[in-house]
This record gives sequence, C-alpha cells and structure tokens, in this order.
Amino acid sequence: MLDTFVIPLLQIAVLVNAVLVAVTFLVLMERKVMGWAQARLGPMRVGPYGILQAIVDPIKLILKEDITPAKADKWVFTLAPIMSLVPALVVFSVIPFGPDPLYYVADINVGLLFIISVTSIGVYGIILGGWSSNSKYPLLASLRASAQLISYEIAVVMTLVSVVLTAGTLNMIGIVEAQREAGLWFAFIQPVACVLVFIGGLAETNRLPFDLPEAETELTGGFHTEYSGMRWALFFLAEYANIIVISAIVALMFFGGWMRPFPNVEALSFLDLVPPWVWYCGKIFFFLYIFVWIRATFPRYRYDQLMALGWKVFIPIAIGNLVLTGIAKVVL
Amino acid sequence: MTKVIDAPRRIGQAFDTDELVLNMGPQHPSTHGVLRVVLRLDGERVVDADCVIGYIHRGVEKLCENRDWTQIVLLTDRMDYVAAATSNLGYVEAVEKLMQVEVPRRARYIRTILAELQRIASHCLWLGTHAMDIGAMTVLLYSFREREFVLDLFEEYCGARLTYNSMRVGGLPLDIPTGWDKRVLAFCDVMETKLDEYEELLTNNRIWLGRTRDIGVISGEDATALGLCGPPLRGSGVSRDVRKDEPNAAYEEFEFDIPLGTRGDTYDRYLIRLEEFKQSIRILRQAVEGLPEGPVMGKVPRLIKPPAGETYHPVESPKGELGYFIVSDGRSTNPYRFRVRPPSFCNLQALNRLCKGHLVADVVALIGTIDIVLGEVDR
Amino acid sequence: MDAFVFYLLATLILGLGIMVITARNAVHSVLFLVLNFLLVAILYVTLSAQFVAVIQVLVYAGGIVVLYLFVVMLVSLKKAPELRSDSRRVGRTGLLLAGVVLAELIAIVWFTSASSGAPPAQAAADFPPRLASDAMLNTERLGWVLYTEYLIPFEVASMLLLVAMIGAIVLAKKNL
Repeated sequence: MLDTFVIPLLQIAVLVNAVLVAVTFLVLMERKVMGWAQARLGPMRVGPYGILQAIVDPIKLILKEDITPAKADKWVFTLAPIMSLVPALVVFSVIPFGPDPLYYVADINVGLLFIISVTSIGVYGIILGGWSSNSKYPLLASLRASAQLISYEIAVVMTLVSVVLTAGTLNMIGIVEAQREAGLWFAFIQPVACVLVFIGGLAETNRLPFDLPEAETELTGGFHTEYSGMRWALFFLAEYANIIVISAIVALMFFGGWMRPFPNVEALSFLDLVPPWVWYCGKIFFFLYIFVWIRATFPRYRYDQLMALGWKVFIPIAIGNLVLTGIAKVVL
Repeated sequence: MTKVIDAPRRIGQAFDTDELVLNMGPQHPSTHGVLRVVLRLDGERVVDADCVIGYIHRGVEKLCENRDWTQIVLLTDRMDYVAAATSNLGYVEAVEKLMQVEVPRRARYIRTILAELQRIASHCLWLGTHAMDIGAMTVLLYSFREREFVLDLFEEYCGARLTYNSMRVGGLPLDIPTGWDKRVLAFCDVMETKLDEYEELLTNNRIWLGRTRDIGVISGEDATALGLCGPPLRGSGVSRDVRKDEPNAAYEEFEFDIPLGTRGDTYDRYLIRLEEFKQSIRILRQAVEGLPEGPVMGKVPRLIKPPAGETYHPVESPKGELGYFIVSDGRSTNPYRFRVRPPSFCNLQALNRLCKGHLVADVVALIGTIDIVLGEVDR
Repeated sequence: MDAFVFYLLATLILGLGIMVITARNAVHSVLFLVLNFLLVAILYVTLSAQFVAVIQVLVYAGGIVVLYLFVVMLVSLKKAPELRSDSRRVGRTGLLLAGVVLAELIAIVWFTSASSGAPPAQAAADFPPRLASDAMLNTERLGWVLYTEYLIPFEVASMLLLVAMIGAIVLAKKNL
C-alpha cells in the first residue's frame, strides 16, 4: 500500500508542484535575462530585484476575467489548454532526477518513447485552441502549428533513434548508465544528434526562431489570441513546462543526466558531495538559459522556410546520422 | 471564410479552394498604428492586399487653413510625429520661399543639424520596429536606447521630446544652448559604434537574409511610376534625394553620398537606411564643425502675411519626399490652400504591389520596409 | 481485477467509437477518436505490451489523427454540401456493408477456433527465435519477431507505405 500508492502519489505531488513553481520562475528568469541582454533591467518592482514577480504573475492571471468568445466551441475551447498542459506534466513522470527510485516516479523500459509519444499529444491543445476560438488568426496559427510540430517531430524522433542505437536501450536510466560505461557524454559521440534535438526542441516548443504558431507580430498572438486569464496561463504553463522537458531530455541524453562531470575519474570524486539531482537541475538550467539567449538574439523564420528547413535539412541529416550510427554500431 | 465570387481558378485544379479574407488591423501589433490591410489569402499566400486608411484622420490640412502662419508649425509636428523636425523644416521653408525671406546661415546650419538628428531618430524607430516585426526583439530596445540620446538633445534644444515646434518662418526661435554642439558630436561617436551592433545582429544573419532578400522586389521604373520616394525608391536604384537634387537648408554646403540599392528588395532598403545613418552622422559632423556665428532669426515682419501666390516645396524627410503645397491669397493671415504630399502615404500605395504572391508573414515585413507613420498618412 | 479493467475499457472504447460516428461536428469526432486511441493504448498496457501501447499513442494519436484534424479543419469550415439526398438508399448501403463486415468477423472467429491447430497468439508464444530469450525485454522480443519470423510481411508493408507515399506526392504535385 505504502509503496504502490502513497509514495508515488507524494512523489507526483512534489514533482508537479516543483515543475509549476519552476515554470513561474523560468518566466521570471526569461524576463530578467532578456532584460539584461537588451540593456534594461527586467522586472524590478515586486520584491528585491523583482523576484516576487514569479508569484505575483500567477495570482494576477488567476484573478483576471476569463472570457469565452460567444461563437467559440465552448467545450473544446475549455479543453484545449488542459490538453496542452497535461501531457507536458505527465512527461516528468519518467524523467529520472537521480539513480535512486526516490528520484523518479516511474521507470518503464520504453521511457524515451513514452516521452516522445506523450509530448506528441500536446499538439492537440494548440490545434484545438486555435480552431475552437472561431477566429481567423488562431485558425491560421493552429494550421501552422500542426504542420510544424509534425515535421519537427519526425526529425527529432529519428535523431533520438540514433542515440538509442548508441545506448542500446530506450530506458532513461539505461541511457545515463550507458554514458557512464562509454566514459563519454553522448554529446561527444553524437554531436549532430545533440544539435538537432536541441533545435528541433526549439521548434516543438514554439520558441524563437520557430515561434510561428504564436508569432505575435504576424498573427497577433497566434492560437491563444482569444484566450485570457487562467486559460491563457495554462497554455503558457504548458509551453514553459515543455521547454523544461526539452532541456531535461537534452541534459539527460547528451550530457550525462544526474552524473557529475567525469564520473569515471576517481580524483574528482569530491564532486559527488553535490547530490545528483542538483547536477541534473544545473544542467537543465544551462539549457534553459540557452533557450532564453536564443530568443533574445534571433529573428523569426517564415513558415515556408521553417518547413523547408525541417524537411530538406533536418530530416535528411537525421536519416544520415541514423545510417552512420547503424554502420558504426555494426562495424565497431 | 468568404466565398469570393469569380475567384480565378487554375485549369486542372482538382479542388475548389476558397480564399480567406483576413483583416489585418486596425488593431494589430505590426501595422504601425491604425493601418488596416484587407488581405485575400490563398492558404497563407497573399492574393490581394487592400489598404484602408483614415483611422486617425484629423483634418490637419483643413485645420492649417484656419490657423495663422506661425501656428501652423505646431500642426506640422502632429503629422509625422516621429520626425517632427523635418515636417517643421518643410513648412517653414515653403513659407520662406513664398515670402522670399533670407534665412541666416547659422539658422540654416542648425536646421540641418536638427533635420539630420531627426533622421537618425526616425530611422532608429524604423529599424527597431522593422526588426521586431520580423521577430528580432532585441534590436528594438537597442535602437530605442540610441533614439533616447537624440530625444535628449532635442529636449535640451527646445524643451520637447516628440513634437518640437522647433522652427519659425525666417529662422529659429532659439539659438543652441552652450555645449550642445559638443554633445551632438559626442552622440555621433556613440552612434557609429552602435551601428555596428545592429549590423552584427542583423546584416549577415541567415534568418534575417531569408526574411528580407527578394521580398517585395520592385524595379526602378515601377517604383518611379508608383510615385515612391525616399529609401524605397533609392532601394530600387533610382537616384533621387531632395537634399542633393533641390538642396534646401544648408545641404549644398556638405559632402554626403546617396546610397543606392541594386535589387530593390527589402534587404536593400534595409541596407540603404543603415547607410543613411552613417551619412547623417557625416553631415552632422560637418555641420557642427562648420557652424557659423551670427543671428538665428532673419528679418521677418511681426505679422506674417505672404504675398498672393502658390508654391510647392519638398524636403527629404526620413521617409522620403515631404512636400508642402501652399496657396496664399495675400490678404488673410492664414493660407488659402494647404496641401501636404506625405511620403508615407505615397509609399503606402506600393504595398499591394509588394505583397502580392508573398506570405502573410512577409506582409508585416513589407509594411515595415515602407516605413509608414499613420499620423502622416491620414493627417 | 484484470477482467474488470478489460470490460471497462472495452465498454469505453466501444462507447467512444459510437460517439465518433454520431458526433455532429467533425472535429468532435476526431477528438473522440483520439480518446479512443488512448484507451486502446491503455488496453495494450494491461496486456503488458508497453511498446505497442506507446507506438499506438505516438503514431495514431500523435501523428495520424493530427493529420485528420488538419484536413477536417480545412474542409469543415464551410457547411458541407447536403450529402443525404436519398437517406434511405444510403441507409440500405450502410446496412449491407455492416452485414458483410459482421459476416466476415463471424467467419474469422468461427474458422480460427474451428481449426485450432495453432492460433496466432499461441504461435507467437511458442515461437523461439534463435536469440530471443525470456530474459529479453518486451521491445527487443518484438524486434526479433518482426525481423525474423515476419520479415517478409514487414517488408511488404513498408513497400506498400512507400508506394502510398509516392502516390500521394504524385497526386498532390501538379507538375513534378
């Protein structure tokens, strides 16, 4: 009873809350880092250096009026933000924050596939949100979203397959252990895959330079144009949770997950004093920072350029990488 | 979705595809004010783009006909409100032309300095919003940081930051404050380094190139035929700049180049405006260093009452050729007819032509590349 | 417990199936279809076929239905032209088709149970691929079975998909 229900439920409660709090602070971090990149200060008013902004923002969003357009499809309109948030949170159940069972909710042997398949459900939130608003900009945006997410998913999944070939397992813990055995982070064995997964992740989370479904200056906010208040916030919780997911996947699959740097070098064992989940969160934080950094730097792709990039560049490279990995696996 | 009657249908096309009519604006983040563009879309491809204007029409021209000649300066501020100084300049020079007033050389120099500072400020705003429309958010904040310096200089000169009312018929209301010229030179040095920052973020950026190269191409002949002016015209390789062709203020005394484009696309227009920054800095340096001594106000009667007659006077505003057509009946203290040729309005008519065949995302880039201010389009 | 879960899932799946075909709005239909696929995936999990379950979600719920939705959204914006010009005739054809399918299903059940020499499930269980052992995980075993015993059907299926893909491109592109 304790093992099958109580502990997992506690874990889930802690995890979900941790993710949601992390998301609010990620928003704050984004605003701060972008502020510094853009010669300004970012939020400064609430709390010291604006730290409490992360708490005040959700409160504001909860208190705001929640409008459903008269001509919207009410059920779908309400369902869409939920459909977009739930998969983003479910994914965390199979991400191990450490080697100990305490650090993960579930350890399933097809962990990576589970993550991919669950995130692929998240696209429904965007598509249906755009469609049910019964408005033209959101509709255009949701058409863009469905095309974009599918194309980039193909590239990302194909790339991940080559990593799976290298690791020899789909299990998330197994992938980290494989990196320990290899003595190298997979980022060095599979550099192309690492870059592809990260860029594909940018596209899948609708971030600049691929933020076409919510291109503010073109589609006035894209699929969430008609949303307000907490429902709008759910979309953003989902988006930022997905950013954390992608960072977590990249950190886990290519940068050794919870392991300290050089896990096989005895001389550095004092680094083990830092608990594994801190290492892992530190790595995730690094990629989150890159996400923000990219947003502050790049212009936005155009829709057709984005699709061309996905289909004519990423997918061929992913296939090539897969074939090379297969050959290397057989030869070596 | 609206069924467009008699939609052109390609032969052999299996599906009956409707066109989507999309109202872009007047409330839209990147139509630069209250422009409304009615887009007819085939998928995301623009079939037709109709501009609907007039959302901030205030009747400035008619108002001007009911104000006396000095009061009008204030109204010209409100047309192109991001480049008020050049609007002032065009108007006062038009009246001076009508009255044949001699303007002191120092006043003409200071006017040139103000106009060029204004060009830099206006181009900063253009660059920031244009880049923002294409998704590069940081450039906006960088260029506004520099625009702030210009606004500070204007504030020091005339007390206002946006609508300056900075010129008078016959000269200037004020001489420059002490040390102002030094600060203009210091600003020139700062601006030069900041330009490199913009270029680093955009000029060779693959995404930026992809978004602007070969977008909205217009040939020199077409641009001339459409009556384009300013950077959009020069982007197509037509050498036309009022500062060179019909020098006003003190422009004939300075050395500067007119940058010309070759392809006539959005990227060329971007490069041209960036080069204009540099040329403006060049003019500013020459003007400040060669600033003559003397009065800033010429001999004009207390009550300005130009002789009967009409005149057209163009100046090169940051957006293109800004012309004032003024008719005086010689009896009253207000103009008989007041008409402005606003560059934004004339350039905006190219939008339909530029947009056709491009995607929705390009429409915002093209509105940006024309550089319109709705206050000037509608007046 | 297992039986209860199975019947619960089966009821829900059938119920959702009915919702799919009765929903007025095509987008709602697609939504029910997604739910349906997700429940089928859970059914696979109860059968300890985690890999198949995940693939079911990934390919059907996450991929194919998104494309359905894409098409439905593009098409159903406009009121569909009145299809039921002759509702009775459509009804009759439908009944006929349903009868044929039912007959086929019954025939399959009948003949497989009649010739109960080696039902497919049994065969798979008996099947000892050269290297597949009990220690292997679900996914690996599936891979072995696919690439040894069922290699030819697998390749034929992939050829079929390739042909379909090329065909779709040829149809969609007016000038290649």
